[in-house]
Amino acid sequence: MPTLMHLYPLTGAALVGLGLYGIVTLRHPLRQLLAVNVVGAGIFLILGGLGRGTASTDPFPQALVITGIVVAVALTAFGAALVVRVAEEERARDDTAAVEATGDSA
Amino acid sequence: MNSLLPLLLVSLTIVPALISFALPDRLAVWRDAINIGFALSKLALVGALLLAAREGTITEWRYEFLPGHEFILRPDSLSLLFVTLSAFLWLITTVYAIAYFKRGPHLGRFFGFFNLCVLSATGVAISGTAITFFLFYELLTLATWPLVVHKGDEKSLRAGRIYLIYTLAGSAAFLAGIVWLKSLVGTIEFTAPPDLTGIPRLELTLIFILCIGGLGVKAALIPFHVWLPEAMAAPAPVSALLHAVAVVKAGAFGILRMIYDVYGIDTVSELGLGTPLALWAGATILYGSFRAVMQTDIKKRLAYSTVSQVSYIILGASLIGPFAIIGGLVHLVHQGIMKITLFMCAGALDNRMGIKLVADLDGAGRAMPVTMAAFSIGALGMIGIPPTAGFISKWYLGMGGLQSEASWVIAVLAGSSLLNALYFLPLLYRAWLLPPSKELAPVRELDGAWNRMLVLPAAVTALITLAAGAFATFPFSPLRWAELIAESGYLK
Amino acid sequence: MSPLDLLVAVPLALMIAAVLLGSRGRLLLLAAIPVMAGLTVWLLLLPEGTAHIVGDWNLPLGILLRADGVAQLLVAATSACASIIGLYALREFAPGPSGSETAHGYAFWPLFYLLWGGANAGFLTTDLFNLYVALEMVSLAAVAMAAMGSLRAALQYFVVALVGSLAYLLGVALLFANYATVDITLLAGTARPDLATKVALAVMTAGLLIKAAVFPLHGWLPPAHAAAPAPASALLSAIVVKVGFVILLRLWFEAFPAIVAPAALDVLGWLGALAVLYGSIQAIRQETLKALVAYSTVAQIGYLLLAFPLVVTAAGSDRAWAGMTIHAIAHMLAKAAMFLAAGLMLKAVNGHRLEDLSGLVRVMPLTVAAFGLAAISLMGLPPSAGFIAKFLLLEAALEQGAVFQAAILLVGGLMAAVYLFNPLSRTFAGRDTPVTEAKDTLQTAAPLALGLLAVSLGFAGQAMVDISAGVSQAGPPAAAVGEVP
Repeated sequence: MPTLMHLYPLTGAALVGLGLYGIVTLRHPLRQLLAVNVVGAGIFLILGGLGRGTASTDPFPQALVITGIVVAVALTAFGAALVVRVAEEERARDDTAAVEATGDSA
Repeated sequence: MNSLLPLLLVSLTIVPALISFALPDRLAVWRDAINIGFALSKLALVGALLLAAREGTITEWRYEFLPGHEFILRPDSLSLLFVTLSAFLWLITTVYAIAYFKRGPHLGRFFGFFNLCVLSATGVAISGTAITFFLFYELLTLATWPLVVHKGDEKSLRAGRIYLIYTLAGSAAFLAGIVWLKSLVGTIEFTAPPDLTGIPRLELTLIFILCIGGLGVKAALIPFHVWLPEAMAAPAPVSALLHAVAVVKAGAFGILRMIYDVYGIDTVSELGLGTPLALWAGATILYGSFRAVMQTDIKKRLAYSTVSQVSYIILGASLIGPFAIIGGLVHLVHQGIMKITLFMCAGALDNRMGIKLVADLDGAGRAMPVTMAAFSIGALGMIGIPPTAGFISKWYLGMGGLQSEASWVIAVLAGSSLLNALYFLPLLYRAWLLPPSKELAPVRELDGAWNRMLVLPAAVTALITLAAGAFATFPFSPLRWAELIAESGYLK
Repeated sequence: MSPLDLLVAVPLALMIAAVLLGSRGRLLLLAAIPVMAGLTVWLLLLPEGTAHIVGDWNLPLGILLRADGVAQLLVAATSACASIIGLYALREFAPGPSGSETAHGYAFWPLFYLLWGGANAGFLTTDLFNLYVALEMVSLAAVAMAAMGSLRAALQYFVVALVGSLAYLLGVALLFANYATVDITLLAGTARPDLATKVALAVMTAGLLIKAAVFPLHGWLPPAHAAAPAPASALLSAIVVKVGFVILLRLWFEAFPAIVAPAALDVLGWLGALAVLYGSIQAIRQETLKALVAYSTVAQIGYLLLAFPLVVTAAGSDRAWAGMTIHAIAHMLAKAAMFLAAGLMLKAVNGHRLEDLSGLVRVMPLTVAAFGLAAISLMGLPPSAGFIAKFLLLEAALEQGAVFQAAILLVGGLMAAVYLFNPLSRTFAGRDTPVTEAKDTLQTAAPLALGLLAVSLGFAGQAMVDISAGVSQAGPPAAAVGEVP
């Protein structure tokens, strides 16, 4: 019978599945970034749940999870910055194109 | 005897190569002097090795470059035949090339790769194992390519591409063959032929086909000969070197090694591989001659002539009989000397008078008598008229054919000689007997150092062509040396 | 102190210093090169199988760094590549004449050291989680470098790389759940062929195949590598993809050799063969130089995978192992040389297409020579290191009767000749438009040095084989293994 022990990996697996689905189906980079984070959360949930014992809690997987979260936060920040830069670049290009278009018509 | 001498023989040429690459054009005089100096010193080194080899002393140099793979340089008597040829013709071609290009641009690069080419040819000649042979064989491909594309026009680039694809595919097949054989019998050392007993016949046959097919690309066996006429886009000294000493000879030499030093004549005849190879060579001889007749460009005609002539060597090797092998070996040298004469003359005619086509030759004998005389001797040698060197080759090959009970060889030789006459005699007729078709500017053939350097190398090789035939029975003649090789190694 | 942790710690310290020093940070390189060279020599001189526990935390909790043959060769090649690429970048990202600082010049150096340290960590560690961190450090630096060329390509690379990392991390989690350790040397002793292990191995492998750009998961590589500035492309193609490859090696041949089915290795071998063919065909079809070189990376990575089935079979497996390792470092040096040379040539002609290269052999012979030397190694022609690698692989393949692998090796070499001699022969063609050659001795010397190294290492075949055979299955020092809590 499912116990609390199974809750973590099952929820984690569901999150991983959802996230992967998102990465494959979503096109906007920001949404993809979020979907990647959902996958990450799922994996951390699985990993964190592993340390939970009946008597004591194993600190090792939780240390891994913390490291993993730090890495994920850093990468997400970096990815978000990249998305912003791409958006800025594209807007700038659209603007120049628009200016050129008006210039032609004038 | 272990010694650094063989290593020195190969690596000596690195020095002029690097100097040629590095020296700026304004120091071209130094470059020329250094090139000729090193060519001379190499010739001296070869002479010393020759004398030692006559006494029966063979030096070698070994180095284990990978576990279970030895890099061996071992100038045995067969090597020395090839090395002597290449060292001598290198000197001749260097002098000729200096005069041919005079003070043109980018010659540092040209002479650099030219030297690397000769280095590779020497390495090919004195390799003691199959894998060492392959290393130099491949280096030769790489060193030749920049020479083929030297001019940089579309024709040369195309020629370079075709040359690379053909030769690299050939070496890939050859590499597959020797590695396969190595995995069956261990190191393939030329002095100690591997023990092939117990290996399935099919496997041995397949390996032989891979190796000979691969080497046959450079030796220009049909249908792998296509790159050779294309490579005529290269400057004349390159063609001379490619045809006479370096590329095609490396292929033919490799086939000699495969038959006599790897498989051994007993295995080759037991597997029944000699006759098909001889037939293949015979077909190439006739096809090459036939195509040569149809060419209107002098260099192209000479190229197809090479296709045909190199196969004489392979024919001699594959007939497996005392006279045939002597004929094949001696032709290795004779073809080199005769063909380099012809190419140097063709280059000189183009250089001085702008003659490229057969039809332009009318009256050229009057304008450049020395060059045309040398050309005529080379051409008569190719046809096989006594007392030229070519006669000796064909005589021994024909005897060899009879000895091996392959009388069709006589027919091939006769047919080929007829075709040779058909494509060479009209050139001589036009040059000597026809009046000039247009007013020819006076050419002072031997005026000035440049012109003498352009003309005299061909005159020297032409005289050697005569001498090698007329004095064939003298010691150290190519024929004597070929007999020595055949007696010491292959005829038991 | 041990060179093992210093090789990771020094670049990371330099990264922080480079951030703090800003525009003056670029000169840190002049200190970094001798220090890292010294550490590399120290690493090469270490006795076989030396291991080091970071921070006195015993296994299974601690992190084990270990100098086996693969690590020694790859760290040494990385040091050589990074040092020379760094010198090239010193000029590439030099401040303008007015002392103005380019954004690239500022961003490059911290990323450079991050990549260097991360790569060394990836080559030296046996801890799967620590390898994840190394993988992420390298990926982060790589994506940021790719962003210097094309933001779009970088973003695509970023998402794909993240998915790869997460797949790998999922596998680490599964393995920890099963074995309560993530140390490769400990896993090797206790591995069981159960479903969880196999799933873990599968997802980790998938993640790493993405990182190593193995066909058909290579899609991110050509746009990212082709668009980046020359030194960045060189680092990406030479070093970054090798980290994924080395971790694959650790997983398949050190942690789980006992439970790996031959069929699974054959699948990887097939992927490698397809990569060789597909990458080569694409490279032949390219009309721009950097895209050609980038697709060549896809093809060359294929050889590494092609060797996988050859490594486990008994006959000649030591040769296959040596061939695979030597191929990795040969490709490193040659590809770095090629990207740097390509960068110089394209800058000189102010174009990016193959036909723009016409006549360059006359203007910049040394750079064309560097490209040519790199090409010789990539084609696997003697006397280069690339030849030694392919020769060993070919020998192993034929010894094992693997005719298919042998054929791919030979055909791949020929296809490489086709796509590499194409740009080379363009440089011999005539030219009408003038060339703006920037004569910079340091930048000219950099690719030439790498190319010469790639070719001349062919003469050190014996030494490389010996190093690569350095015990890879050696466990940690007995005293280092603590009690499992």
